[in-house]
Amino acid sequence: MTATTKATITTTTTTTATGELLRVSGLRKVYGSSGGATEAVRDLTFATRTGEAVCIVGPSGAGKTTLLRCIAGLLPPTSGEVVLEDRPVAGPPEGMAVVFQDYARSLFPWLTVAQNVELPLREKRVAKGERRRLVAESLEAVGLADVPGSYPWQLSGGMQQRVAIARAVAYEPHILLMDEPFAAVDAQTRADLEDLVRSLWTRLGITLLFVTHDIDEAIYLGQRVLVLSSRPTVILEDVAVDLPDERDQLTTRNDPRFQELRTRVYELVQRAKRGHRPASEVTLS
Amino acid sequence: MTSLTAPAAAPGAARETACEAEPPAARLARYGRRLAVLLGLPAVLAAVWWIVSERAENFFFPPLSDILSAFGPTWFDGRIAADLLPSLGRLAAGYLLAVALGVALGVLIGTWPSLRAFAEPVLEFFRAIPPPVMVPILMLFLGIDTLMKVVVIVSGAVWPVLLNTVEGVRGIDRPLRDTARVYRLRPLTRLRTVVLRGASPQIVTGARQALSIAIVLMVISEMFAANNGLGFSIVQFQRGFALPEMWTGIILLGLVGLALSLIFRAVEATVLAWYRGQRRAQRGGNR
Amino acid sequence: MRKALLGLGGVAVLLVLLELVPRTSLVDERYLPPFSEMAGALGDSANTGEFWQALADTLQTWGLGLVLAFVAATAAGMAIGSVSALREATASTIEFLRPIPAVALIPLAVLLYGTGMEATLILVVYSSFWQVLVQVLAGVGDIDPVARDTARSFRFRRRTRALRLAWPTTLPYAVTGFRLAASVALILTITGELIIGTPGLGRLIAVAQTSGAIAPMYAFVIVTGLLGVTVNVLARLLERRVLRWHPSVREEAAA
Repeated sequence: MTATTKATITTTTTTTATGELLRVSGLRKVYGSSGGATEAVRDLTFATRTGEAVCIVGPSGAGKTTLLRCIAGLLPPTSGEVVLEDRPVAGPPEGMAVVFQDYARSLFPWLTVAQNVELPLREKRVAKGERRRLVAESLEAVGLADVPGSYPWQLSGGMQQRVAIARAVAYEPHILLMDEPFAAVDAQTRADLEDLVRSLWTRLGITLLFVTHDIDEAIYLGQRVLVLSSRPTVILEDVAVDLPDERDQLTTRNDPRFQELRTRVYELVQRAKRGHRPASEVTLS
Repeated sequence: MTSLTAPAAAPGAARETACEAEPPAARLARYGRRLAVLLGLPAVLAAVWWIVSERAENFFFPPLSDILSAFGPTWFDGRIAADLLPSLGRLAAGYLLAVALGVALGVLIGTWPSLRAFAEPVLEFFRAIPPPVMVPILMLFLGIDTLMKVVVIVSGAVWPVLLNTVEGVRGIDRPLRDTARVYRLRPLTRLRTVVLRGASPQIVTGARQALSIAIVLMVISEMFAANNGLGFSIVQFQRGFALPEMWTGIILLGLVGLALSLIFRAVEATVLAWYRGQRRAQRGGNR
Repeated sequence: MRKALLGLGGVAVLLVLLELVPRTSLVDERYLPPFSEMAGALGDSANTGEFWQALADTLQTWGLGLVLAFVAATAAGMAIGSVSALREATASTIEFLRPIPAVALIPLAVLLYGTGMEATLILVVYSSFWQVLVQVLAGVGDIDPVARDTARSFRFRRRTRALRLAWPTTLPYAVTGFRLAASVALILTITGELIIGTPGLGRLIAVAQTSGAIAPMYAFVIVTGLLGVTVNVLARLLERRVLRWHPSVREEAAA
């Protein structure tokens, strides 16, 4: 449905000499409260190249959302830094779009579908004709060309999440962050949306950072899977997904290599749940 | 709370097509029935009042026919311009000022949690003061001019707007705030498109409470000290034992209250159309 | 904890301002006496029987009016709400009568009862009645249709249906109506006393104003404010207690 749409939404990305787009180094986040401090994220370091699809998995409560909010500039880290396109992130940076888990609550219920997609473009001072084109194209790309005048609450959950994705795509970001975006939709819709994200990523050449607790989803979507430890969070392992770029729900998931990767990541997550920590950290502390 | 199977089309669509298929006679009958339901009881009550008051020899309840025939001479010979319009003018000025002030302060206080914690007990106290007691106090400062009456209305009507706005601003969902930040919406856009719209259901609730308080204060301030106005006229009639005229004043005041509440409802229906739709969709999805 | 301290700070700042603004002659002391004088005036009147009598009168008018309105409105609401023909027929009349400001009745009340307590009582009952009635009607309308059909199919008697089905669904709405009515009733009680001159705190304020006793006037205004806060807090507590099991309260408590 979407693969046939011509990709006219383009992105131009400033790339450093090393091809690095995002660098997270020594990220630490401690929540202070009157009852004492909670260390959510201890020490996270990783980088993504331009155009890469990186998935982050970890046991529930591993601080995945904290990490993502730090990268998005919504939450100041306690120490360490996030650098996007050579600029340190302090507050939401330009060229970044985020799709939140809570699709119903991240769309403005008083704006129509088209207005929701258009609002960020208006703020970027995109010219009117260009705006109209981007809105139409992005809605078509997510298969919602026929409901621009509807309100979000008139749509099903899966369709609402498509609107959020269209809004992110129309924004023409260099990097797209997704925080467990499909956690609340049913299994069939979820598979459709995974294919949608995968095809948009292939066509637009954007960098994708996808947080999920679903191991299969992480392997299916990513070129790399970062496995997080339990709290306080560090990276347990960086697993390369050496599957062909052409993927589909049936053949990819039945690929023996997919199964192996899945077993590998599954074991890592299980170990993380039991409180296993990487060797490097033990020697450090 | 979100529905996975909410209807994709607007809920009203099915009903509209049903109406088109209806034969004209049936539609006429339906309108007739609705009109009967709407006006039936009021007509009966008016008739009962008419008949009972006609026969009764009670000084305080003059015949309805007397009241109605007194209505024209009482109000249409200059009192509309001399009393009703000044009253409505003061009401409009005071009410609109109160809403503007309440929303502005409410947004400010709702945005800063520390400021809210600091101000809340004081604000709750001011809201709890029965508004009419502000009349004697403000008379000290401002005399009995129009300004006093407008300030009295503001002083009573501002609190429900303010406190509801604070609640509304505080209650805006975090995902919406995050979205506004991620897409780098400018402060003015954030205020207009996110904060004010997001808090609008609570703002409207506050504005509705404020409207009835404002009407009360309009009347009270005129009863207390004035030389024109609706409240002033009614008290004059009462003191002069002009009973039919007094009753016309009460009825006119009732009509003013009714008209204002109808206007308010029309505004509310436009401003909060999205909210009603969302609520309906959520409730439909939960059943 | 921090929140409570900040709140206390806010009150303290208000009191200090009330003391300093008149003392520094920013505002004429004849119009706004320093807070210490208001407090002193309150202390003086607390030693008089007149003040306590007025407080008792106010509470009596308020309580009586509230109870009368609540009982009448609940009964009327349950009766009207459970018969759909009645509901339809009365809708327009209720919508017409409800926005009529109670103060419109003041002249009539004065003619009928002079400065007797009943004059204010009429205003209190009239204004509180609509608050409760509207809530109760909404409550009866909110009865789960499945539960209603179930009760019908088991051929519950009318009395059983009312007791087991209509009342539990309506109760939360009635209690909310009671809370709203409680504060409206207080406003109208004080208003009636102030304008008509029926016995109570409102009349004390009017008397203090006409006799130029400014500090006592402010003191009585503060008392009415504190009374209002007390009524709000108690009504909210009552609502919570009665509706502990109700989802809206549980959500509010969790937030």
